[in-house]
Amino acid sequence: MASGVLIFGEFADGAIAGVTGELLGVGRKLADSLGEELTAAFIGDGIAQDASGAFPMGADKVYVVDDPSLRLYQSESYADVAEKVLKQVDPNIVVMGTSTMGRDLAPKLACRLETGLAMDCLELSAVPETKGLIANRPVFGGKAMAEVDCGSVRPSMATVRLKSQEALDPDSSRSGEVVKVDAGLDPSIAKSIIVDSVQVEVEGVRLEDARIVIGGGRGIGSIENWGKLEELAGIMSGAVGSTRGACDEGYCELDTQLGITSKTVAPELYMAVGISGASQHMSGVAFSKFIIAINKDAEAPIFRHSLYGVVGRWEDILPAFQAKVQELVSE
Amino acid sequence: MKFLVFVKQIPDPDIPPAQFRIDTEKNTVAPPQGSSPAVSTYDELAVEAALRLRDDVGGEVTVVSLNNNPVMNVIKKPLAMGSDNLILLQDDAFEGGDAMTTARVLAAAAKKVEFDLILCGRQAGDWDNGQVGSYVAEMLGVPIVINSGKLEVNGDKIRVERTTKDGRDIIESPFPTIITAGDEIGVARYPKLRDIMAAGRKQPEVWNAQDLGLDPSKVGDAGALTKVNRLYLEEKSSQVEMIEADTPAEAGEQLAMKLRDLKVI
Repeated sequence: MASGVLIFGEFADGAIAGVTGELLGVGRKLADSLGEELTAAFIGDGIAQDASGAFPMGADKVYVVDDPSLRLYQSESYADVAEKVLKQVDPNIVVMGTSTMGRDLAPKLACRLETGLAMDCLELSAVPETKGLIANRPVFGGKAMAEVDCGSVRPSMATVRLKSQEALDPDSSRSGEVVKVDAGLDPSIAKSIIVDSVQVEVEGVRLEDARIVIGGGRGIGSIENWGKLEELAGIMSGAVGSTRGACDEGYCELDTQLGITSKTVAPELYMAVGISGASQHMSGVAFSKFIIAINKDAEAPIFRHSLYGVVGRWEDILPAFQAKVQELVSE
Repeated sequence: MKFLVFVKQIPDPDIPPAQFRIDTEKNTVAPPQGSSPAVSTYDELAVEAALRLRDDVGGEVTVVSLNNNPVMNVIKKPLAMGSDNLILLQDDAFEGGDAMTTARVLAAAAKKVEFDLILCGRQAGDWDNGQVGSYVAEMLGVPIVINSGKLEVNGDKIRVERTTKDGRDIIESPFPTIITAGDEIGVARYPKLRDIMAAGRKQPEVWNAQDLGLDPSKVGDAGALTKVNRLYLEEKSSQVEMIEADTPAEAGEQLAMKLRDLKVI
């Protein structure tokens, strides 16, 4: 008899990754509304020690598959061990992050189990009577929302958009049982293999970690002007993000792109400069605490998302803004 | 090499948000007058990627699309771009499906033809699911690499570049395999007028559920696992305070002061 909620947590740089807290936050809510247990599962190498960190974040039980062969994400191997954990836990609901891992792993598992899956959701709720899952997710490039019933097969599955869910305040008095699952992998099942991994050193603050993000769009107009955004970000200890349009124009690197199919950020401040506010882009910044915008078009949709707005040419507004910011931060 | 590309016709992805309306009865988009459907953007990139690989190593690109009501000049765009064949999958039984039933039909079509590499977009621009490629891979028992950038044939494997959060990975996957196309494929080519004319004269092949040996209870509405209860627009109540000042410079200074008030800086 299926019972409970299972989340697949993640590790990054040897520690429990931020997405795990978000998953445990939404997982706790789902488990409580069903009156059932919340289990966190981790797959990786050298993670057994730290996996119990999931208890203060809301887990009742932790499953760990710790094996040297699982150091890097590998599609077939991870799917195999995740399926093994899933069958052992036998939950009603499975939730992952819409991360590099979740985007690949969730549909593979859903297909193997022939069950309903909703990807990249903003809101999840459980139906106590059926133990089913209802998911609200952006569709049509973020222009509309869909409420999806994940169906009658258990477990129902979903991935949640990164940074869309709130983590709980850690409660260090919480503890529970850690169950170790043997990977027992046949190495020959691994087919799509990472043969090389190149790290690019980021100067300054990493976009995903930045407390302040300055977003630039096509309206920035040139690579030289892009440098001005970077200068401002430097003063504000922030990072620069971009739109598809700015990337297409070649003003910036593709890995700075924010939006539904690229990066999601949730900084304290998102400052949109020369960005119209297309749904595709806004999906990537919607969870920012404050959004402010400078745009020459008073009708630009970006203002509908903003707390403060200035209508005008950014070239005329930014220098005085920057000077004032410099003055304020050096006080 | 044999390349198979799955493409989907979707409502015009460039309908401005202000004109974006929903048919709440059918849970679909009600496109404004005069708007034309399009091939989903990422699927176009998948076609582009297939054509580049074919130009590199030779072979044949076959485009497959599941659609009971295709607009011919839209669905033939991949032909005009340079693809060799078009197969349409049409059956009343396919109506009302979800990602799983779509994948069942596409997987059945893939089994009917020979292929070394299947390409499709990382997600379609209507439901933004990002599931079909992975489902087909599982159904066919072949490996998949999602969200790919630059592709290169390397002997009996495809070499895929993929941007990660702090750099890039090079992934190799042995044929036959599936690749889903991401932004980093670049820009899809524009068809030339001459090729659009030639594509117009080409007749697509049409396969139905029976041709594909599909059980009608496993496809369309009957086979769907998930259901869209409701498609809706999010009410966005604007609370913006516009900063008015005599000069742009003053507005800039005031904006900075607001950030101090918010304790952001």
